[in-house]
This record gives sequence, structure tokens and C-alpha cells, in this order.
Amino acid sequence: MIELSNIAKSYVMGEHRVRALVDTNLFIDTGDFVAIQGSSGSGKSTLLNILGILDTPDSGTYTLDGNLIANLNGREAARYRNRYIGFVFQSFNLIHHKTALDNVALPLYYQNVSRRKRNKIAMEYLEQVGLGERAMHKPSELSGGQSQRVAIARALITQPALLLADEPTGALDTQTSEQIMSLFTEVNRHGMTVVLVTHEPDIAAQTKRIIQLRDGDVIRDERLR
Amino acid sequence: MNVFDSLLEISESLRTHKTRTVLAVLTVAWGIFMLVLLLGAGRGIQNGVELQFKDDAVNSIRIYQGKTTIDYKGLPRGRQIRYDNEDYKQVRGQIDHVDKLTARYYVGGDSTVRYGKQQASFDIRGVHPDHLFLEKTEITAGRYINDNDLTERRKVVVIGAKVVERLFDEPAPIGERVSINGISYRVVGVFSDVGSQDEEETIYLPITTAQLVYAEPERVHQLMYTVGNASYQESKDSERQVRELLATRKNFSPDDRRAARIYNNLDEYKKITDLFYWVRVFVAVVGVGTVLTGVLAVSNIMVISVAERRREIGIRKAIGATPGSISRLIVLESVIVTSVAGYLGLIASLGLLELLKATVPENEYMYQPDVNTFVVVAVTILVIVSGTLAGYLPARRAAGIDPVQALQPS
Repeated sequence: MIELSNIAKSYVMGEHRVRALVDTNLFIDTGDFVAIQGSSGSGKSTLLNILGILDTPDSGTYTLDGNLIANLNGREAARYRNRYIGFVFQSFNLIHHKTALDNVALPLYYQNVSRRKRNKIAMEYLEQVGLGERAMHKPSELSGGQSQRVAIARALITQPALLLADEPTGALDTQTSEQIMSLFTEVNRHGMTVVLVTHEPDIAAQTKRIIQLRDGDVIRDERLR
Repeated sequence: MNVFDSLLEISESLRTHKTRTVLAVLTVAWGIFMLVLLLGAGRGIQNGVELQFKDDAVNSIRIYQGKTTIDYKGLPRGRQIRYDNEDYKQVRGQIDHVDKLTARYYVGGDSTVRYGKQQASFDIRGVHPDHLFLEKTEITAGRYINDNDLTERRKVVVIGAKVVERLFDEPAPIGERVSINGISYRVVGVFSDVGSQDEEETIYLPITTAQLVYAEPERVHQLMYTVGNASYQESKDSERQVRELLATRKNFSPDDRRAARIYNNLDEYKKITDLFYWVRVFVAVVGVGTVLTGVLAVSNIMVISVAERRREIGIRKAIGATPGSISRLIVLESVIVTSVAGYLGLIASLGLLELLKATVPENEYMYQPDVNTFVVVAVTILVIVSGTLAGYLPARRAAGIDPVQALQPS
């Protein structure tokens, strides 16, 4: 599913050159459920951005679902993100002037699905995350947990091969976090590969595999189940 | 991507930023408003000036007699040049582009005109039938001088509206008899003249009658003709031919411009049209400058809009929006804002021009301010092109937004 070999990435911050990832190798199989852990600055966000084709590595190769991800132009990268990858963010990143339904339907807009059809599909996904009756509400009228469930519905609507989540429970209380994690578990049970970044050990414990990063390198790779 | 969907996206975005949208619309609407108003006013001033030319045919050439100022073929300077019937015939026969041609015979001396107990003094001229077209006189009753009047040397007159006012109680005294210097003439027509009120204090009679009555059977004081649809250059050629013809016939130097004084009305007309060319250039520069200001304002507002929507654009890119789809949305938004604004400005300015047309009375400085279909089409193209230009840079900036940076928690 995912194969990273010899990935390196560094940033210039002020006068310093920060090495975010150093010669990282990683293999994630289809249907796996992986937690990436690490302290702030360990390179876990960079890793997630590279996996999500939001960022490109300085060197090394990335293969996603058999496709070598390299030298993509903006249009091709957008296509891969749209078809293969679903994103869930810590701060939900819903578009504030759109209803929950329109937010969920937006990825299908970029697949040229007709408005009627994508709204119908979006409604199904909202029902799936238990928010059918909140479809016409704006994000400002939703709680944090509800917002994150809308975001998950949006990530799932294109039926991506890979679901990436960056601290998805970081802004939520324990009970809501449990709801969100059970959604991820459910999705993974149906065969979707899920990779999430978290610094909370009890969240990581609910996945199948924990990868620990420090200073841009994998220091632990533990299979839980 | 379906257009209707894009429009929904844009209307959402515009509604979310009402103040910004209204400001952008006002800026462009004002620019277009000023541009169209200036063009309309320019047209109005031009119409006003052209109104002053209405008195006479614009394409007329007038030939007055003068005195020679150059010694020529043994003849001394200071010689009075006089025209006659043969000059009239030769101009008709030999000069290019002669359309309507008339000679004038001025009845001099005491020209007291009597009707019953009323009497007054007016200008009295003997003319050919074509004279009607040269002064742009309009017959309001009866008829003008005709060829039969000339061949039969009839004692008939066509009189101006002011003459009627002064001598008669009725507006159309056709068939009445007036007396000029003791000789009786029958009134066959009444005319008015939109360009000049003085003209309406004139009495016209057949030139042959005038020549007979005043015992100068060959004498002509002035020649006038129009050049039809001839170009300015052709009218200048025609003018030169006349000068050469008269110089040969009257033995004066063709370089002697005072011997035969020739006035080409197109010279004046050309001066005015040249002036209006520059007025239009000025209006275009000012107007386009104003529109450009509007475009810059929209562009600026779009840049701010893109900055404000950085996060939204980042989200869109993360979930699969291509750079092209982002920039299309921004450009389309800009085009819609400028188009709506442009049309508001256009309608407002056309409305004001109509109001001016309806309320400002006819005067020589501003008359019938208006714009034509061409201006409307040009403005339409202008707003679409300028909207695209205004959106272009912000759109490129938006397309280049890095989602990683845009999505960083703030």
C-alpha cells in the first residue's frame, strides 16, 4: 500500500536548516491501522504531509498503491489527493460558510459529480457518522465532536484507499475522542488503511501498530494486534 | 466543472463578504458610469456644434467676388471681379462633384416691402431652385422657386417666417401680393430655417426675374454649390478647379486668393471634427483611466479576498481541488463582480443621459447627449476583459497557495 524508502526532508527556518526526516524507510500494508507517535518536532507531521502528497520529499521514493509519487504537477497531485487520500485534521478544517452537507459533498464537486448526486451521497455519509439531522447546519453551529465527524464523512466520501488523520482527537474531550476512534476502527474494519498522528498513548493503543519517531527517524515500530 | 456549480460557489463567497463585494461593485460601477457619461457628454457637445452647422449645408462651397491683388497678364491689381450667368453655366458643366448649384443676385438699395398698410425692410435675393438645399430651408407652406419661375421670369416670391410675422395676420399667405420697390409679386411659399433666425427675414425670388427687374440680365453676385457625398479631398479638388476656371475666364492669377474668395464649409467642419477627435481621445484617456482605477481596486480586493480565504483554499486543495479550478473560481468571481458593477454603472449613466436629454433644452453647447450601441458593446467587452485581468494575479496567487502552510493551526 505505502512504501517509503530513504525519505529525507529538511526545512530552512531562519538561519537554521531543520532536518525533519532523515533517511526514513516505512512499509504499510493495505488494511493496516497505524499510529505515528512522537514529540513536537519529531517529523511526524512532515511524514503525514508527504504521505498525503501535500509536501514532497527532498530525496527518496514514495509509492502509493503501486503508483510512484514523484514529479507530479499541481493537477496530478490534486487528482491523487482527491481519489486516493482522505484527510482529517486536528482543527477540523471545515469551510465555515458551507453547511455540513456541502462540506461533505465538496470532494465530489472536484470529481464533477452533479450537485443532486453528490448531495445524496453526502447525506448517506452524514447518516453513517450519525449527523443526518445536522446536515443543514453551518460548522459554527456544530460541537467539536460533530465537526470532526463531518470532517471524517468528508474524508470518506471519495472512498479513498488511505485515510490520514493529524491529531484527530487533539481538540476533543475523552468521551468524544472515543466516538471518533470507534469511527476510525469501524472504517478500518471494512478494509481501509488508516494512518493517524497522535501524541496520546491511549489513542495510539487503539490502533494495530505504533510507529515512534524522534528527530526524523523511526525509533520504534511495534505491532499491537 | 459545471458552470451552475461554480456560480453557486461564487455567490456563496460573495454573500459571505458583503461589504467587500459592495465596495468592489461600487468602484467599478463608478468607473463605467463616468466613462459612459463622458462619452455621452462628448457626443452631446459634438451634436451641439453640429447644430450650429445646420444653418447651411455642411458640404457647401461659396464663391464671392473680390478684387485682384496680383498684377496679371498686363492687367493691374485692384481690378473688381464680377460674375455672370456664363460662370454659373460653366461651373455646372466643368467642375467635378457639383451637386446642387445656385447663383445669388442681391437686390440692393431701398428694399421696402409692402402688404396693405404694413411695410418693412428685408434682404431680397434672386436665386436658382437649388438654393433651397444650400441654406437647408424648410418649406412650411406653398412651394419654393422652380424652373418654370426662372424660364418665364415670373414675379413670384418665397418669404421667410419672420417676414410673414411682420406683414401678415395669417401664417400662410399663399397667393397674396406684396410690393417690393413698387413692383407687385405673388407669394408662392413660406419657409423656416432651424439654423438661423436672420435667414427667416429674407425674401427669395427667381434670379432671372431679379435680373430683369433691375436691368442687369447677366449679372450674378455670388455662386454656391454642394459637393454631394464627395470626400474632403475631393471637395478641395473641386474648389481648386473652380478657382482655375474663374481665373481663366476673368484673367486673374490662379494664386490670387482675393480675386475670387472661395469658402469651403468642409474646412470649418473638418476643423471641428478634428477638434472632436481630440476631445474623444481625451475622454477615452480619462474614462479608461477611471475604469483602470476600478480594475485595480477590484484586483486589490481580490488579493485581500484570497488572503482571507487562504485557509479555505488550503482545505480545497487538500481535498483535491486542482490549481486550475481554484484560479478559475477567482477569475470568474472577479468577472462577475465587474460585469454586474459595469452594468449597474452603464444603466445608471444611460438613465442620467436620458434624463438630461429629456430635461435640458436645445442649446448650442450640449444637444442630445447619447451613446450608441457600439459603446454599449465596447463597455461590455471592457468589463469582462478588465474583470479577467483584475482576477488574474490574485488567481495565480491563490493557485500557488501551499496547503501545508495554509492549514497550519493558527
